[in-house]
Amino acid sequence: MAEKKPILLMHNISKRFGGTAALEGVSIELYPGEAHILAGENGAGKSTLIKILCGVYSEYAGRIVLESRPVKFSSPQDAARHGIAAIHQELSLIPAMSVSDNIFLGREKMKKNGTVDFSAQTIASQKILKRLGIDGVDVHRPVEEYPISIMQMIEIAKALSMNSRIIIMDEPTSALTEPEVNKLFETISALKLQGHAIIYITHKMEEIYKIGDRITVLRDGRFVAAAPIADMARNALIRNMVGRELNEQIQRRSKVCAEELFRVENLDIADPQGNRNLVNDVSFSARKGEILGIAGLQGSGASELLNGIFGAYGPVSKGSVFLNGNPFVVRSPGRSIEQGLALLTNDRKTTGLVLGMSIVENITLASLPQYSPVCWMRNSMEQKAALRYKQELNIKADELSREVSSLSGGNQQKVALAKWVGTKPLVLLLDEPTRGIDVASKHEIYELMNRWTAAGCAIILITSEMPELIALSDRIIVMHRGRISARLEGDRITQENILHAAMGQEREVA
Amino acid sequence: MIPLVSNTSQKTFISRLMQYPVTRAILALIVIFVIGLVFNGGGAFFKWPAHRDMLRQYSVFGILACGMTIVIITAGIDLSVGSMLGLSAVVFSLLTIHRDWNPWHAIPACIAMGAILGVVSGGLISRFRIQPFIATLAMMVFARGLAKFISGGMKISTSIQQADGSYIYKNDPAIFKMIDSRILDGNLAVVTLIFIFCLFISWLILSRLRIGRYLYAIGGNEEAARLSGVPVIKAKIFAYGMCGLFSAIAGICQAAQEYQGDPEAGVSYELTAIAIAVIGGTNLMGGRGSILLTLFGTLTIGYLDKILSINAVSEAGRLMLTGVIIVSAVLLQRRRK
Repeated sequence: MAEKKPILLMHNISKRFGGTAALEGVSIELYPGEAHILAGENGAGKSTLIKILCGVYSEYAGRIVLESRPVKFSSPQDAARHGIAAIHQELSLIPAMSVSDNIFLGREKMKKNGTVDFSAQTIASQKILKRLGIDGVDVHRPVEEYPISIMQMIEIAKALSMNSRIIIMDEPTSALTEPEVNKLFETISALKLQGHAIIYITHKMEEIYKIGDRITVLRDGRFVAAAPIADMARNALIRNMVGRELNEQIQRRSKVCAEELFRVENLDIADPQGNRNLVNDVSFSARKGEILGIAGLQGSGASELLNGIFGAYGPVSKGSVFLNGNPFVVRSPGRSIEQGLALLTNDRKTTGLVLGMSIVENITLASLPQYSPVCWMRNSMEQKAALRYKQELNIKADELSREVSSLSGGNQQKVALAKWVGTKPLVLLLDEPTRGIDVASKHEIYELMNRWTAAGCAIILITSEMPELIALSDRIIVMHRGRISARLEGDRITQENILHAAMGQEREVA
Repeated sequence: MIPLVSNTSQKTFISRLMQYPVTRAILALIVIFVIGLVFNGGGAFFKWPAHRDMLRQYSVFGILACGMTIVIITAGIDLSVGSMLGLSAVVFSLLTIHRDWNPWHAIPACIAMGAILGVVSGGLISRFRIQPFIATLAMMVFARGLAKFISGGMKISTSIQQADGSYIYKNDPAIFKMIDSRILDGNLAVVTLIFIFCLFISWLILSRLRIGRYLYAIGGNEEAARLSGVPVIKAKIFAYGMCGLFSAIAGICQAAQEYQGDPEAGVSYELTAIAIAVIGGTNLMGGRGSILLTLFGTLTIGYLDKILSINAVSEAGRLMLTGVIIVSAVLLQRRRK
């Protein structure tokens, strides 16, 4: 393959979002007929790089050379015209439209009289699907009648119909079953033979070595290594991916009691539609004063686990939960709050805060009965409590009656935390508590976590910032594809061990 | 005089003031009012009866708008308020005129019926996840049908046709006269008092009760509210129940003002109620709005109609102008960043 000319060269690409650098001098070479793995932890810069290639971000430094010609894409449509197609986790098909209409959406084949030439589209779609080796798909049926694996194939067919030379696949197997994955890999092999180049993003170790030809590793927005897959053994790959500096400034003052506070046994969590399990057979426990970290890459089911326990998806299908030795009823968020559980969701804007309401109203939203005995709001009581939490969490706002949307990210997050502390929880589930906030606020939140655990709370923490997870957690469980793949304690909490388990290598399961 | 504040800070003061929806709602009302002072219909606008009559005529719309505001704050809509008004007018007339019910039984019965139908809408919307537009559209058609079924398609009035074709005539029930009367030397209609009472109840719910906070939270971000333990289903059922209840009250007022129960009463009133809420500044996307805004919205729409009628604008012109004014008011209301 070395004698071939690269089809795509991204050279010295940098991208900044405000003050933070998402990418710094990243380069990648892509050859025709290869599956190129793009590897890196959450936040390594993979998706930013892909978005630049797809024309989503048109502002960046560096250059892109496509088939020996320098290019700069102004929009996703522009990139598509140049033969670059991306297949994302969220498919971009229109469910109620037919297969062939989806394939030609926006590029309909027209007759001379200005109407759509459906028969030409039908024939062309059938031809493409045949080329992909897919039978049994009626191109007249709506896309929604087919399983997700076929929908992915239809996306690929759409890419081929645009004559895409480069196909980007972002975690394409996350929703597929084993046979479907094999089918996808067969298709990828066929595409490679036809000379297409594929950029493949995955967090699954076995897939990397099964499908990849070459690999590029990113870390913290920087290029780390690129090599033919055979030259990078698993341990070397892990070494390349980890190695983020541990943050010495995060202080964890651990005061874990022996007393168990929270226990989960053999829990299954089905997705809200009930089609498949997001979480399978998970058991763990947390003690008083403990921070239990949950590590997992995208699609690991960690976030779904917390949501499921909290009752966000309704009653659980299988398994049991105990709080303080008593059975804990998983039914609804309201019921969970009453029993002493709190969940800080991972996206404060869509699931955490009511942005149009005031700071006070957000702080007290989850504990309103405290401030309204017999349904009647006691505004002064509410104000006083909000002021107390404002001071306790150091929320910087001149007036508590301001809309919460007027605050900075860090302060918004503190409001969300204040809401949950206000419910006086025994166990706090924190899903990405420091996502997208400034460093000073992060450290304040670490300090609050120390304070709350010292007061006897247990915290179950998800964070994709590995240094943060390692510094704060007393114990760590690692999840992969909805299951626990490792339990780490003490010296065994290392970035390597976590990443091995998170990528599906069950080598050190306790 | 020396200006105490410089021109720029004055500007920011005004623009700061304009951030509040109430300021904008008042401004819209003032604009309409000034238009009234200019086009005063030969001085008619300067006389109290014009204002008094406007208040009386628009009280029924205002009562409907109270319920509508509560529902819109949850990011919903209730298209059934006009039909519910008609149904309530028919049932109230039937009970008091034909069946000689004591009004203090008939009124609670009508109100309960409205509340129950509202609860049904709310249940369909929250429990069975039917879109508010569809669920209340169905309720609108159903309630109109029920009104026609109960009344046999006829207006329920004091002249009652017997089986042999002859008529018997009954007296107007005292309660009709009572509701249709005026107090304070004929300066304040009882229906206006009822409207003020409904405003007060809505204000209590939205600003003083826990459930009000829940309604705003649901409209602002339903998922965040649900995950904060807000009883979303109960709160929505409550909102539509209250809307049905207010519609029933409006129906009772309408029947009393017309001295009959017309199964066709209230057709398209839902649109006026929505227009009032929106002109006031309550956001159809939910989460924002207040009952005070709805009061200003009622006055704005009421004055608009009054001004057009005292200037003898033809109905065609009135409708077109109303359309233009609604759009202008909403543009004026738009939240500025």
